[in-house]
Amino acid sequence: MCPRKGAASSGGRIEFNWHNEDGCIVKSVLPVLTVVLAILGIWLLAVIPMNMHLVADQAQRDGVIVVPDEPAARQAFSGVGLTWHNPDLVPLTYNFVRPRLPSPQQVAGEMHETIFTKSITSKRSLVYHGWVTLAPTLLGFLIGTGLGVLLAVGIVYSRVMDRSVMPWAIVSQTIPILALAPMVIVVLGSVGIQGLFPKSLIAAYLSFFPVVVGMVKGLRSPSQMQLDLLRTYHASNTQGFWALRLPASLPYLFTSLKVGISASLVGTIVAELPTGARAGFGARMLVGDQYGQPLVSWAALFAAALTAAALVGLFNAIERITLRRMGMAAV
Amino acid sequence: MVIKAKNLDLTFQTNDGPVHALKGVDLEINQGDFVSFIGPSGCGKTTFLRVMADLEQPTGGEITVNGVSPEEARRARAYGYVFQAAGLYQWRTIGGNIRLPLEIMGVPKAEHAERVAKVLELVELSGFERKFPWQLSGGMQQRASIARALSFDADLLLMDEPFGALDEIIRDTLNEQLLKLWARTEKTIAFVTHSIPEAVYLSTKIVVMSPRPGRITDVIESTLPKERPLEIRETPEFLAIAHRVREGLRAGHADG
Repeated sequence: MCPRKGAASSGGRIEFNWHNEDGCIVKSVLPVLTVVLAILGIWLLAVIPMNMHLVADQAQRDGVIVVPDEPAARQAFSGVGLTWHNPDLVPLTYNFVRPRLPSPQQVAGEMHETIFTKSITSKRSLVYHGWVTLAPTLLGFLIGTGLGVLLAVGIVYSRVMDRSVMPWAIVSQTIPILALAPMVIVVLGSVGIQGLFPKSLIAAYLSFFPVVVGMVKGLRSPSQMQLDLLRTYHASNTQGFWALRLPASLPYLFTSLKVGISASLVGTIVAELPTGARAGFGARMLVGDQYGQPLVSWAALFAAALTAAALVGLFNAIERITLRRMGMAAV
Repeated sequence: MVIKAKNLDLTFQTNDGPVHALKGVDLEINQGDFVSFIGPSGCGKTTFLRVMADLEQPTGGEITVNGVSPEEARRARAYGYVFQAAGLYQWRTIGGNIRLPLEIMGVPKAEHAERVAKVLELVELSGFERKFPWQLSGGMQQRASIARALSFDADLLLMDEPFGALDEIIRDTLNEQLLKLWARTEKTIAFVTHSIPEAVYLSTKIVVMSPRPGRITDVIESTLPKERPLEIRETPEFLAIAHRVREGLRAGHADG
């Protein structure tokens, strides 16, 4: 995250400074915060025109004077135009019951309610749904990563596998997952396998490819000179793998893991969508849509995004610690 | 005789046609020699070093290392190789890097610490065991690389322009240290270089090569004494040998 001042590559200086912890945090949090605040600002502004038509309809039914007062005439106006004519309706757009675009505090309120006030075993608790989605994500990620690493090792060490596996791996990713997921779930459901495993399979399907690509690159990253050096030691392929190729591939592996974990989460949510699952983030998004409760959808959406961010952040932290211990800390 | 090459040929088949990297190379290197290979780019000096190391296979002639083929010598771990770049593993400490060949060759773990300390002392890097490569300067990293090549007690040291990437001031220091090291360990050293003063200063025998095709144009037995302070580079004897080297290079250039 923050650049660490190391020794110069020549001249013999070997002092180095650890980064200032406080300065480091400020440097990286401030830009992120600025972007978040900008997005929040745009969101707050957008709530008004997005909800204005619905708010105007509702207000008219409640007896408030709306300009223009014919619903048909209002159709001709854009959201912004309607707002211009009805400035006193603006506060209502922020607290509307069935908004097109909920305001930030509505989403935050819904999330707070479903995460903290509901018991974890309740079917309306976001924590419960979060776990239903997270479990196959993690399991699928483990399967996908394991498979990816094995395939990568095979590709690097066997020319036959190199030529045959890679094209199929690439083709596998061109099939739209939205089409494949229902097929997998229905087929496995008909054999009696439901719930965790089919969703894990789809998560694994989406996460194995970045791992294969990253690991192959990483395992092939040592230079010819390094390989020659091992040859002069008469090292076996196995020794070369453990001593050189595997450690050299770790930075590439971590990058792939971060891509893979988010792909896993997306895969699991996609797996929940088409088959009418009852639980999980994807299910909540559908339920909110079907039952006319957009806040439920949005809360699930944000919770899923936060989960993804937390997972990637976790892997970032693991990466930093591991690479630092191995003397390969990236800037 | 440690190295014996007879009529050695190496032709690379490239897209642009065959490249005669080595042609008719005859050379003998004896135990305890310090042999420098000098010549312009493409003269085959690095190629010859790599043939000795079994990193390239000759297409004609014969070569023996310690009386056996280069491949058998490589299997027997008969030599240490030092590349132009230090090539240390970033994820291992200096000590860990020196232990790399020991681990691969199955040297008993109990001996590791002692060997590491011994070779670090030889290259004057004692106490740097726990440092990581990025904490060392270029010259120090190269010394660590030399220490790594010495750690498993091979009698032959093959060095491919090890100081080429370093500045001249460091090079002087390292040349001195290398000579001291050679005197202490009594190894046979084959050293490839671009620098005439370096070749004359370090060697007991200088092999002058020229390109297209790669061949030996002159083999000079150095008359300088074994004890060589840096000041010897200004003596007339030194300059005479350097002159002869230069003549050999010019002759090769005129033919090629």
